[in-house]
Amino acid sequence: MHLFQTYRSLPGVPDELCDERGRMRPGWADLIAHLSRLTPDEISHDFARGDQYLADAGVFFRSYGDTTLSGRDWPFSPVPIILPEAEWSSISAGLIQRADLLEQVVADLYGPNRLVAEGHLPAALIAQNPEWLRPMVGVKPRSSHFLHFVGFEIGRGPDGRWWVLSDRTDAPSGAGFALENRVATSRVFPDLFRQTNVHRLAGFFRAFREGLDRLRDDPAARIGILTPGPLTDTYYEQAYIARYLGLSLLAGEDLTVEDGRLQVRTVQGLVPVDVLWRRMDSIWTDPLELAEQSQIGTPGLVSAIRQGHVAMLNALGVGVLETQALMAFLPRISRHLTGKPLTLPNVATWWCGQPAELAHVRANAARMMIGPALSTRLPFETKAAHAIGGTLRGATGDLDTWITTHAAHLVGQEMVTLSTTPVFQDGALVPRPMTIRVFLARTPQGWQVMPGGFGRIGTGADATAIAMGQGGTVADVWVVSDSAVEPVSMLTSPDTPFQRAQMGPLPARAADNLFWLGRYVERTEGILRLTRAYHSRLDEATEPLLALLRARLTALGVDPAQPLPDGLRQTLASAVNSASQIRDRFSVDGWAALKDIEKSMDRISRTAQQGTDAALVMSVLLRKIAGFSGLVHENMYRAAGWQFLTIGRSLERASMMADLLAATTGPDAPEGALDLAIEFGDSIMIHRQRYAVTTTRSSVIDMLALDPQNPRAISFHLTSIRKRVDDLVAGRNATQISDFERRILDLDTQVTLHRVETLDTDALRALHAQILALSPALHDAYLL
Amino acid sequence: MIYDIKLNIHYAYSAAAAGGRQLLRIMPLDETGRQKVISASVRIAPEPAERRSWTDFFGNATIEFALRGAHDTVDLTLMARVERADTDPETDPGTSVALGKLPSVLRACRDLGPASPLHFIAASPRVPELPQIADYARKVAAVLSGDPTTLHTVMAIGTALHRDISFDARATTVDTPLAEAFAHRRGVCQDMSHIMIGALRSLGIPAGYVSGFLRTRPPPGRPRLEGADAMHAWVRAWCGPQAGWLDYDPTNDCVAGPNHVVVARGRDYADVSPVKGILRVAGGQTSRQAVDVIPLQS
Repeated sequence: MHLFQTYRSLPGVPDELCDERGRMRPGWADLIAHLSRLTPDEISHDFARGDQYLADAGVFFRSYGDTTLSGRDWPFSPVPIILPEAEWSSISAGLIQRADLLEQVVADLYGPNRLVAEGHLPAALIAQNPEWLRPMVGVKPRSSHFLHFVGFEIGRGPDGRWWVLSDRTDAPSGAGFALENRVATSRVFPDLFRQTNVHRLAGFFRAFREGLDRLRDDPAARIGILTPGPLTDTYYEQAYIARYLGLSLLAGEDLTVEDGRLQVRTVQGLVPVDVLWRRMDSIWTDPLELAEQSQIGTPGLVSAIRQGHVAMLNALGVGVLETQALMAFLPRISRHLTGKPLTLPNVATWWCGQPAELAHVRANAARMMIGPALSTRLPFETKAAHAIGGTLRGATGDLDTWITTHAAHLVGQEMVTLSTTPVFQDGALVPRPMTIRVFLARTPQGWQVMPGGFGRIGTGADATAIAMGQGGTVADVWVVSDSAVEPVSMLTSPDTPFQRAQMGPLPARAADNLFWLGRYVERTEGILRLTRAYHSRLDEATEPLLALLRARLTALGVDPAQPLPDGLRQTLASAVNSASQIRDRFSVDGWAALKDIEKSMDRISRTAQQGTDAALVMSVLLRKIAGFSGLVHENMYRAAGWQFLTIGRSLERASMMADLLAATTGPDAPEGALDLAIEFGDSIMIHRQRYAVTTTRSSVIDMLALDPQNPRAISFHLTSIRKRVDDLVAGRNATQISDFERRILDLDTQVTLHRVETLDTDALRALHAQILALSPALHDAYLL
Repeated sequence: MIYDIKLNIHYAYSAAAAGGRQLLRIMPLDETGRQKVISASVRIAPEPAERRSWTDFFGNATIEFALRGAHDTVDLTLMARVERADTDPETDPGTSVALGKLPSVLRACRDLGPASPLHFIAASPRVPELPQIADYARKVAAVLSGDPTTLHTVMAIGTALHRDISFDARATTVDTPLAEAFAHRRGVCQDMSHIMIGALRSLGIPAGYVSGFLRTRPPPGRPRLEGADAMHAWVRAWCGPQAGWLDYDPTNDCVAGPNHVVVARGRDYADVSPVKGILRVAGGQTSRQAVDVIPLQS
């Protein structure tokens, strides 16, 4: 137990591991004993498993500030925050009471407005609130509740009691991160986790998922998660949760409204959606009736909701509950509406729009945080002017003048101090301040609290809440029972008869991204092959052949003079970008393999040299990209998504081959051009076996254009596209053949009927153009 | 006075539009004591695939329609007959609250209904808080002697803006930001109204936006009003619980009277845009608007 003996909590600050008398709190003994038995090397080895898991899972945040869609690492603190079950029960009860109260308040704010009319809530705080959405006034939610999934940020104050620091009602994030942290922690402490009575999280999600099913009106309709898209910092989490719960991840542009009904555009046409779990802030969801500048919303969504055809979770406009100033009135509103005080208090808050409250804030400004009354964030989390502990930030002049000038727009809030929890640092446990985001879901059995949460830990020893604004780490939260807990998972119980689940229709946007992922990866491979061919011939080949290669590369946007061309890296970056838009339908290993190629290129770009060295580097990258293709094609489920990926790959491969053959098989082609074609087509061995050592125009055309068995030949890929299209058409209730289907049928037949003699340079050029024209035709047929 | 009103808005696209959904707020409003809609209808061509109407939060008649399939023009026509009172209920300047008392009067207000002044105090999507407009308003108000009434202040601001801002149909477009129009001191009725709203709100006076029509040809011997050849816009300001709302037209420097027919009321243009919508268009578009407001009898 030496780790505990050397642990020093901060004076006067409550600590999660160590109580005020220096004794270990309940729930921690097993973990501390486990860690104390390990050497520092063993600990870092175990901890590395958690980081490895998160890296493999591709966990990352995105931020709007990034110019590209690159990620940054997720700092993870492997030591969980541990809370005993009894304490958790009282937190849960307090949060359920709060969730019920918030439901009552928001139903009033969008309904009869009695709280304002009777003076329990100042009218100005609602009328001037950008989160109070006038188009939603009087609209009753079809699900009969405004709130279905909420988050509360809580912390433990100096007196040891828990406080609510903020209410997250509009589109709360973090539940997926909590799940990921749980998996990572269970990798770090596999045996300990099994032996300790840690409450599992899956039951919570299963109950929520069942609740979603019951909200459907139309059993054929889909249930979706509405996402603001891959540029959001929590997109990964949304993709993860969508996969975990088996829901469609839908962006605003995936959706359209027809006759008041919400539909998702899929490759099989429009499919109804009638339950949406919203992760997009309310105001962006409909440019027609809400923020008119929104580019990520769905025109007509509010109208569809008004007509009662969509269950929107949470209801649009519930963000008004996140208003800081509301915290000043909730304690009294609770007594007024329910006759009971809040068992879990929120941060003490005073709205300066009232004379007595203003006087109190002015007198105590040195011990307060003062910030915008209508903000949905704590003062130090906003960009607006605010004051902390008597110091004015983001505004000039005298603090008291600032307060009195802007009184109606300000709230004063008690400076929150937090408890600390141990993190492992330099071989010892040290106390760091922490908050926990706890999630509540409305289920058929009422509110359920996720037994755990998303823990955030500050970096320094400062225990004020302000320190949390400067970043830190995240941790799992263990709720530990005295008795064994029931293991639950998302799998259905063994008693239910087995049913093969059907894949939902593929959203057109996802299909588009998969198609382009297929194309870009294949193009990357083609560029690698051409670049290798160029650099390996630099010393020996004739100028005409080198010129031919340069022309092909330049046509692909690649500068042949660069040992690792920028055009190559941009092509791969386009592939990564397409993949990043569809993380929810893309294997984690596939993603890791793609990122690995990108990293290798970054590394190599600093050292690669013209000539043989560059050729060798291309070979290494080719093996890596073959690894990616293998992963994807061996493991991807043969549904519409795979078909679009494959069509993209075949289309690109056939078009590049047609282009190269047109350049290498003509009567004026330079010496060595035919061998180059065979090398590009990776068919040297098979050519040798089937024909002779020398290449002829006929043997090359036959092998790389007409041979239906050669996976490098044009014919092979056109037939492949045709088969994929047959599969797609089977699932589509279209009465007539699309332009795309007509084109591929025609093209495949043309090539089948060609002979070596008829497929001359002009025919190859025409073929190349026709293959490229398939791309817009496919878009019109499936992706509009 | 009974007016026959005809409004035609025509859009033409250089490349066919793929469809889209729009909201129309062009139907005249029924307002007790001020104007009464005798008949009104809106024709949309091509025939929309969907069409429905409702009343929005501020009480405006809203038509939602959706077009599907390719089309290269959209043509919207309003035909309405409206009875407009010859005189408005007299606003007695004496009943307007003193500007200095307005904050406490508003603090006591507990109304969240559509006519409540509380909706019109804060910044709104098209009228952000701008210090330069606040400075301007403060200077105009500073000249007023004693403790001016709210109504008096509203008129003073309106007159000052009419003097300082030139009507210029080419200086701005429908999407020119407020700051830019104010910096150039030029614009059309929409800019004038937004600037005046911003100025009044900076003084704590609740102010909103009104869209509507002007009588096309003035009564004999009176000048033609500016803005009569298209839909017009003006300002409403709240002058106290008894005085209520005053409609003021800064473009023509007058209280909106029998020559003004109200269509929609909101916080700013974003709440009442006559045509709001999303069209999927590849190329450019052109639009034209024609308005006739003709008295049927005097």
